[in-house]
Amino acid sequence: MALLELRNLSVTFDTASGPFKAVDGVDISVDTGEILAIVGESGSGKSVAMLALMGLLPNTATVTADVLTFEGKDMLKMPRRDQRKIIGKEIAMIFQEPIASLNPCFTVGFQITEVLRQHMGMDRGKAKTRAVDLLKTVGIPEPERRMSAFPHQLSGGMSQRVMIAMATACQPKLLIADEPTTALDVTIQAQILDLLRDLQRDHGMGLILITHDMGVVAETAERVVVQYAGQQVERQHVKGLFRTPHHPYTSALLDALPDRATGDRLPSIPGVVPGQGDRPEGCLFNPRCAFADDTCRKVVPPHQSDELGQALCHYPLNRKGAAA
Amino acid sequence: MLRFFFSKLFLIVPTFIGITVVAFGFVRVLPGDPILLLAGERGMDPDRYAALQQQFGYDQPMFIQYFNYVLGLLQGDFGTSISTKRDVLGEFLTLFPATLELAIFAIIFALVIGIPAGIFAALKRGSVFDQVTMGAALTGYSMPIFWWGLLLIILFSGVLGWTPVSGRISLLYFFPQVTGFMTIDSLLSGQKGAFQSAVSHLILPTIVLGTIPLAVIARQTRSAMLEVLGEDYVRTARAKGLAPRRVVGLHALRNAMIPVITTIGLQVGVLMAGAILTETIFSWPGIGKWMVDSISRRDYPVVQGGLVLIAGLVMLVNLTVDVLYGLINPRIRHR
Repeated sequence: MALLELRNLSVTFDTASGPFKAVDGVDISVDTGEILAIVGESGSGKSVAMLALMGLLPNTATVTADVLTFEGKDMLKMPRRDQRKIIGKEIAMIFQEPIASLNPCFTVGFQITEVLRQHMGMDRGKAKTRAVDLLKTVGIPEPERRMSAFPHQLSGGMSQRVMIAMATACQPKLLIADEPTTALDVTIQAQILDLLRDLQRDHGMGLILITHDMGVVAETAERVVVQYAGQQVERQHVKGLFRTPHHPYTSALLDALPDRATGDRLPSIPGVVPGQGDRPEGCLFNPRCAFADDTCRKVVPPHQSDELGQALCHYPLNRKGAAA
Repeated sequence: MLRFFFSKLFLIVPTFIGITVVAFGFVRVLPGDPILLLAGERGMDPDRYAALQQQFGYDQPMFIQYFNYVLGLLQGDFGTSISTKRDVLGEFLTLFPATLELAIFAIIFALVIGIPAGIFAALKRGSVFDQVTMGAALTGYSMPIFWWGLLLIILFSGVLGWTPVSGRISLLYFFPQVTGFMTIDSLLSGQKGAFQSAVSHLILPTIVLGTIPLAVIARQTRSAMLEVLGEDYVRTARAKGLAPRRVVGLHALRNAMIPVITTIGLQVGVLMAGAILTETIFSWPGIGKWMVDSISRRDYPVVQGGLVLIAGLVMLVNLTVDVLYGLINPRIRHR
């Protein structure tokens, strides 16, 4: 049994101009100790899917799924009160903007001990000792002194370390990292990724890494799910994905990596992810796809076989590579 | 923190100078002559007039009068009332508890209703509750105090007969002034029904004086709360699995209170202005009524002294609010 099992997850927002499907039939499963990356541009519904799992979406959102289980427990049918015993304890999440994600009015120490007292029933003293340990683990110098620091006194990298300490405080079985390095300096990015990977290995937890950075995927993940405009367009092991991408979107994302660029200019994908009003007919990627034909413009593509990464495409690439 | 406090304290000096100039100038700009008003309808012998002018020092050039006035202030001398011949500071201190009691009740009334109303309006944004509350707040804010007061008197005192029309307590009760707060003194006196009488006299003035601060605080709380609820750290708090009560009541509210506290500080000035009208309507024997009476008597020392004292008080409250602001907002405290 997978740690997390998501099948046919859809999220629809009620907006002033009608319903908007931000996530459309996504399947995700994560095992204990596994790193899964969800990749896609801004607006492809990566974060929304995970926020739906955490129950963090505003009430204008409608979440539906055939299966949404954590350790076999149905998260959708569970009362909110029971969900809160899992959220923050068994499943924890860190976010893109570490500085904005910490409450400016409370000390670092308060914010970490709060989780421990909430979920582990620790008293003030025990929670404090544990919080100092956690700060040490995530590589914060002078952890005792940092306990009384306020978020505005920390750098972005330090804030993300605090967020990680807070998220891993109760030794969660699953950690969701939503673009954890996007807002950070390049030099800090690698450190934070290393830290996440170390923690993941030491605690044997599942890790879902949401990112738009294929470089991060290559360094960190084991399996990859590629999302486009709320749909899951491909899923593969990281090696296979980089060697033989099957969906033209995946291929285009990989071509946009500086290391893999061959010409003088870095290739880019023309256009943007379609929003609420400009969804094309047929394949959602067809206006930006180099291979699209009339079928792509009219007919909604099917998911291909597992060998072809379940690519959501009429004409998946590298058919031969997949057989090997 | 201490440096923060002193830097705020230092700013008070120029403000205070400005206030003395305004207080001094304001009464002298008003048409009318305090000595002639003292004389009454039958007029006054010119020699006697000149003698009185000399006695009060009004024959001297303006700047010398101002200089003497400020010199007195610096020595703690707020002057002597022309009409009652009593020390201005003494009169102020006698009457001030009545105003303070009313103001405290009014601000508590505004906070206790305004903050929860603002929070719920924000949580249920766009709901009937939100729309009704904010509509009521707008109406309350736009309501002229004297008219609102009269309306309430007509309904509750006139038609329904639930509350007394004026004063601080029924004349049936008499007891010594200990704190100057009628509610506390009546309890201390141990007389049966005295406390109820004091409270029933407070109800309408409290509502009248508290309505505008209530409206402002409710609207400000709502908008601050709406802004804060969309912040990333509120999402973090929810991601921690905290109960909604704690997410809203602690994580969001603490941040939302930062602008609200500033507003509350500013409302103290509004409260003082409102006290003048409220006390006049309800014959409340506080400094507001005292100031109005003194202005109509052109009692220069009382108006001057009263203005400076009230302004000083408002500044003191604002200073307290600034310090409080620093306490609640760590980004100000640690710079």
